[in-house]
Amino acid sequence: MTGSLAATLVRPAMALTTLPAVGAQHAAWLLLAFPAFGAIVLLLGGKRTNAWGHLLGVAMALGAFVVGVLAFVQMLGYPASQRSRDLHLYSWIPVAHFQVSIGLLLDPLSICFVLLITGVGSLIHIYAIGYMSHDPERRRFFGYLNLFITAMLLLVLSDNYVGLYAGWEGVGLASYLLIGFWQYKPSAAVAAKKAFIANRVGDVGLSLAIMAMFATFGSVSFTGVFGAVGGASHGVTTAIGLLLLLGATGKSAQLPLQSWLLDAMEGPTPVSALIHAATMVTAGVYLIVRSAPIFNLAPDARLAVAIVGAVTLLFGAIIGCAKDDIKKALAGSTMSQIGYMMLAAGLGPIGYALAIAHLLAHGFFKAGLFLGAGSIKHSMNDEVDMRRFGGLATVMKITFVTFGFAYLAIIGIPPFSGFFTKDPIIDAAYSRGGVSGALLGTAALLGAGITAFYMTRIMLMTFTGKRRWEDAAHPHEVGPVMTSPMIILAIGSLGAGGFLMISNRLINFLAPVVGTPPLSHGFFTPLSFLSLALVVVGGALAWAMYGRREVPVTAPHGNPITVAARKDLYGDAFNESVLMRPGQWLARLSVFFDNRGVDGLVNTLAATLGGTSGRMRKVQTGFVRSYALSMLVGAVLLIGALLLVRL
Amino acid sequence: MSNFPWLTVTGAVPLVGALAIALVPGRSAAADEAGQRARDRLAKQIALVFSLITLALSLVMAVEFKPGGPRFQFAQTYQWIPQFGVHYAVGVDGIALVLIVMTTILMPVVLLASWNDAEGLAGPAGETPPRRSVKTYFILMMVLETMMIGVFGATDVFLFYVFFEAMLIPMYFMIGSYGVGKRQYAAVKFLLYSLLGGLLMLVAVIALYVYSASGNRPGTFLFLPLTHLALSATVQKWLFLGFFIAFAIKAPLWPFHTWLPDAATAAQPGAAVLLVGVLDKVGTFGMLRYCLELFPAGAHYFTPVILVLAVAGILYAAIVAIGQKDMKRLIAYTSVSHFGLIILGVFAMTSQGQVGATLYMVNHGFATGALFLIAGFLIVRRRSSQIADFGGVQKVAPVLAGLFLISGLAGLALPGLSTFVSEFLVLIGTFTRYEVAAIFATLGIILAAIYILWMYQRTMTGPVRDEVAAMPDLRARELWAVGPLIALIIVLGVYPRPVINIINPAVHQTLVHVRSTDPVPPHPASALKNGSNP
Amino acid sequence: MSPAHYIALAVILFVIGGVGVLVRRNALVVFMCVELMLNAVNLAFIAFARMHGALDGQVIAFFVMVVAAAEVVVGLAILTSIFRTRRSASVDDANLLKY
Repeated sequence: MTGSLAATLVRPAMALTTLPAVGAQHAAWLLLAFPAFGAIVLLLGGKRTNAWGHLLGVAMALGAFVVGVLAFVQMLGYPASQRSRDLHLYSWIPVAHFQVSIGLLLDPLSICFVLLITGVGSLIHIYAIGYMSHDPERRRFFGYLNLFITAMLLLVLSDNYVGLYAGWEGVGLASYLLIGFWQYKPSAAVAAKKAFIANRVGDVGLSLAIMAMFATFGSVSFTGVFGAVGGASHGVTTAIGLLLLLGATGKSAQLPLQSWLLDAMEGPTPVSALIHAATMVTAGVYLIVRSAPIFNLAPDARLAVAIVGAVTLLFGAIIGCAKDDIKKALAGSTMSQIGYMMLAAGLGPIGYALAIAHLLAHGFFKAGLFLGAGSIKHSMNDEVDMRRFGGLATVMKITFVTFGFAYLAIIGIPPFSGFFTKDPIIDAAYSRGGVSGALLGTAALLGAGITAFYMTRIMLMTFTGKRRWEDAAHPHEVGPVMTSPMIILAIGSLGAGGFLMISNRLINFLAPVVGTPPLSHGFFTPLSFLSLALVVVGGALAWAMYGRREVPVTAPHGNPITVAARKDLYGDAFNESVLMRPGQWLARLSVFFDNRGVDGLVNTLAATLGGTSGRMRKVQTGFVRSYALSMLVGAVLLIGALLLVRL
Repeated sequence: MSNFPWLTVTGAVPLVGALAIALVPGRSAAADEAGQRARDRLAKQIALVFSLITLALSLVMAVEFKPGGPRFQFAQTYQWIPQFGVHYAVGVDGIALVLIVMTTILMPVVLLASWNDAEGLAGPAGETPPRRSVKTYFILMMVLETMMIGVFGATDVFLFYVFFEAMLIPMYFMIGSYGVGKRQYAAVKFLLYSLLGGLLMLVAVIALYVYSASGNRPGTFLFLPLTHLALSATVQKWLFLGFFIAFAIKAPLWPFHTWLPDAATAAQPGAAVLLVGVLDKVGTFGMLRYCLELFPAGAHYFTPVILVLAVAGILYAAIVAIGQKDMKRLIAYTSVSHFGLIILGVFAMTSQGQVGATLYMVNHGFATGALFLIAGFLIVRRRSSQIADFGGVQKVAPVLAGLFLISGLAGLALPGLSTFVSEFLVLIGTFTRYEVAAIFATLGIILAAIYILWMYQRTMTGPVRDEVAAMPDLRARELWAVGPLIALIIVLGVYPRPVINIINPAVHQTLVHVRSTDPVPPHPASALKNGSNP
Repeated sequence: MSPAHYIALAVILFVIGGVGVLVRRNALVVFMCVELMLNAVNLAFIAFARMHGALDGQVIAFFVMVVAAAEVVVGLAILTSIFRTRRSASVDDANLLKY
């Protein structure tokens, strides 16, 4: 426990200086160019590209993956202190001191993300060939997927905050297009809009953070900001940190901007797997870890990050326990797992690499879970209600095994991934010390137990027990196009965690960027046994409720917590009553005010003039005598005035 | 080549085109429908050809413009009314040049999109459209183009005023005669409101001349000599107000905005694009060029009030836009909101703010122009402009829906599209000096997402309504009209540097005149050793 | 000689004529009152001319008389034309040129 104090006080060595990219990394712009090319061709080409569109999409994703691997291999050849390379592409916005360029930063942190995005992305592209094979709009789907890959890669590779913001909003756009892919369904269109607007609220935070950076440091590039952040006042760094946190909560569906994630399940399942599990929602974690030098100097902001992570961790887990829609239950799980990552990132240097490790492992097992859910949905006539599943283990063996691997990974059973990545986070939380450390650690520990509960519930309701299928359902195993990616991801679920964490491989790799110290003790500690025990308890509880007893086909009423969890713990109700209804009321009031009030002033002025004119013209009575009188009076006045003046 | 009167020729070509159209025979007593249609088509083609010639001329000017050279290029000065010191003086700096190029790009686009507008639509119940002179509509547009180029190119204040008032006339007829709905009400309101502002400006212009004639110097209306005039602070404040109120009504700045929704709703979509895309830019251009440089003390004095009004306009107009049921009215209110941002950028008095504001003027013309035109295509197909009358258009007309989405995304300033660059520059330029104003203005991006996506969702997504099921997709003419705008939105979003390079020196000059410098960051980042961006 | 008496008479005649124009309804009577006013002015001019010993006032008196004659011609022509169509000579009845 004493290591914690030293870890937070020591300023880790950050690679603030970058070297220009050479060799194969010089072609790193292809990482963006390949998927961008695919998106342009597929979206502009239209129906002509229908026949081969999906193949082009997959090829572009795989091409980007190959480039990423080459860049990675070249990076491994450099000594640890020279691994940050910058590739300047062109000057984007040059106005006086505000010089923003499009450039790529290839360093250990970004290359991890590149491999995750392109690797898992390519697998999901291949899966989508099979999943969307009956959809006539499949070509457009792949265009959007490629657009997403481009934007996400821009996000993680950009060497300045404005470029990151461009990618940030780009993935928001791709998410909007993909959630609302089946546009004729009103629920999908509404969900897409909700996601975009919730993201926009977070984007306000990120924009303001960038503006504050420019106002304080005169620069928005990583090297510029991180180099100067040491001189800024504590208030400014904390403000920037909190604003970055607001941005991250929007993108990563953390409290209080979490309500869009469950609705985002309206999109096709490959979308849920790629965007809302593996990559886009982890962008918030990337932002916080990338901004580590800022957060290192703002402990209050860091604490806020950790608290948000811890609360969302529990929030998402509780929601996941009560959902009968398998995708929504997995979405709640995603919310919760990202809470773990945010918690780790909020712990400071000791947690950054742990957050990334969990992020990478989560990419494998969560994508695997979603792809499995997709294959079940595909073969069950688009049914997603788990109360209509049951007994699928015998019919869909490959899905069962891959899903099972991912299940064991997420609940943290050794030697699967989750054990190696989740327990160090709990350990790091406790090692923070003090009341906050104890609370955060306990929250993470409880979360592990609840995770085991809801995941076991999903497994039992879906794969075991009596068959509660509808009459028309004939579930069968899906084709090799869909099972091959699932198998590869299952292997990742098995080995990724161990591969990354054993002998501190990832921690050492990321050390030049985030400065996480190597793990001080092994993986089998008293704390890890305690968490394993909680996992067993959670699993046993789920078995007691769903394994032993029969699962009712219609959902029973349930206790108040279940009812609340079904309603997303009243997140939507809160948004509606506090934001949406007053907002609509405000809009109607403003329209009325503009039409009657502001415009009324203008029209009143006009009416006054008109009325006055209407009244004044009554002077023209038409009577000659009154005209004569006015002439007389006027003449008298005139003569009088002349006389007065002359006197 | 250097003495060729580029500006005058560019301004005169549309006028010559108007004359040429006037020579085409109009509606004769003999009701010869087919012949009349052929004659009308000839009139439209003449208009298109002349507008393309104007576009070519302005592009040549843009290429020949030297950003590092003298401030006003392509300048000409001739005596006009020597007794009053009035000259025919034209010249462009970077800001005026990009606005002229925007105008000449918008003109052929609008002509293509308004090809059938003058004939009028049959009403919803099938009533025949009113019989109007088609060629007059296009004559009006050509005359309007000359006026607009004149307004941006004038460097004599009197000449500027003449064009400023004169450009109201063609627009009045375009709205009042060829519009829809409450067109006469909207046209009269637009004209009287603008004239009221013009009256105040006339007083200020005359006062400016009187002040310039003090002492032994003859009075003058030329711009550059007037900027060197030493006026007392009180005089500057009053004259600033005289000019500013006229431009605030034109821009429009909240609360002088109420003429715009009525005018934009009543006008045909092409006319609305010109109204919002060019005429209103005259207001903000006037603020930047005349209010700031002629009366710097007045500008500094009134800046806090103007910033408050601008931010209020951004948020207020966005909220009102959310509550609109008519598509064109909604887009008009989004324009009011965007103009609030432009004015915010102008009066933040930083390089980023003013470059962003100028760039926004150009980008807004293309983005809102595209939005209006596509809304116009939808209205023609459905014979209604109410949002509730649409639904599910994406399924039957995917190209139309896709371009509608892109223009909408430009309206909410998505990065990768041109409006993001300008909006972000304005916000960051404001933030360096006025944090609170910038924070409130940034909240506007949420509201922008709400109104654009809500409109898109209600019109394009969902189940296909019966009335929408037979809707045709974009025709070739419409694609040629909107396509260039969409292409510009995307290209300027990814590579805005050429335009920014033209604007930068002009803004620098303006800030020098206003005696304002960019705020210095308290903890500047050190320059990098390997020469990447600082 | 003192012109005071003559001026006083002229003023009295002028006022009577003025009041008559404003008060009387018959158009012919109004004309006659206008003539009365003009003659009162003539008297004043003559009196001052006599006082100063110059001829200016007398010449102007001639002008006034000519103008009065021309005016009566035109006025009576309009009056008879109105009377023919409207059968009324009251000035109050000719009030169509109003708001």
